[in-house]
Amino acid sequence: MRGAVFRWGRPLKPAAETIDAIDRRIINALQGGFPITDEPYREVAAMLGLSTEELLARLESLLAHKVLTRFGPMFQIERMGGAFVLAAVAAPEDRFEAVAAQINAFSEVAHNYRREHALNMWFVLATETLDGIAETIARIEAATGLTVYAFPKEREFFVELKLAA
Amino acid sequence: MPPENDTGLADLDRRLILATQGGLPLLARPYDALGSDLGISGEQVQQRLNAMLADGRIRRIGAVPNHYAIGYTANGMSVWDVADDQIDELGVQVGALPFVSHCYRRPRRLPLWPYNLFAMVHGASRVEVEADVERIATLLGVACRQHEILYSSRILKKTGLRLSA
Repeated sequence: MRGAVFRWGRPLKPAAETIDAIDRRIINALQGGFPITDEPYREVAAMLGLSTEELLARLESLLAHKVLTRFGPMFQIERMGGAFVLAAVAAPEDRFEAVAAQINAFSEVAHNYRREHALNMWFVLATETLDGIAETIARIEAATGLTVYAFPKEREFFVELKLAA
Repeated sequence: MPPENDTGLADLDRRLILATQGGLPLLARPYDALGSDLGISGEQVQQRLNAMLADGRIRRIGAVPNHYAIGYTANGMSVWDVADDQIDELGVQVGALPFVSHCYRRPRRLPLWPYNLFAMVHGASRVEVEADVERIATLLGVACRQHEILYSSRILKKTGLRLSA
């Protein structure tokens, strides 16, 4: 796996006041390979000089406050015969929220961002089969009445899996 | 891919994916907890997770931070219209820049969308992102005809992959 060290070493202002230095160390430590052992949290806690209970409590809080959006295995659906595809729509501003709700309702939508552009909604589809992408796009177009522009990756030049906190 | 002749194993792996796609249990012995839900031992859970890590079906086990919450308040998708005969060579160079987190070649959607190179740049401010984007522009030189930065202004959804049971 690439990215054994953080590539984004630039100093950041502490924009998020809700998290402290211990939280940042936890977030950084947990972006690497989490141990696959009987008591993995105990190992990570020991490395950070924390008790298992404190690590678990802080993790729970980071997830509850959405500082972390997930903690667990990151699956690569392309290695299971499926596909990830980036797609975008131009959602009319007067029904932006409704379109976001319609698109987010699809379980195949893994994430979705508002971006400043005529194409103002960008989302990633994850489907278990290759055909699932076209089917899902057709269903999203039917639900929203909007054209979905798909941007499948033709080549991956780099993917960083970590974000220094 | 799981061994083709072992549908039992493939089925077990799928059940393990369904059980963990929402996250790993926040319990001292998470793999034992998963095992008892799935009717297998914690050891078997660890074995299957190791197998999926080894063949790339799992990219890593870890935390996914919310960019905004940890201080990356400017998240720019920089997009570039790069000469087709130079994009592969230049894409590798852009992907190697320390501040680029993801970098892909994707299809143009003419006339609406002339861009074929996507590079994500995250920073604590737009000024910072723009300085980084200038470095990409310098690297691409005359091979790039035009570019834009699409900042994300809201996370609309960020659940990650969800297979349906």
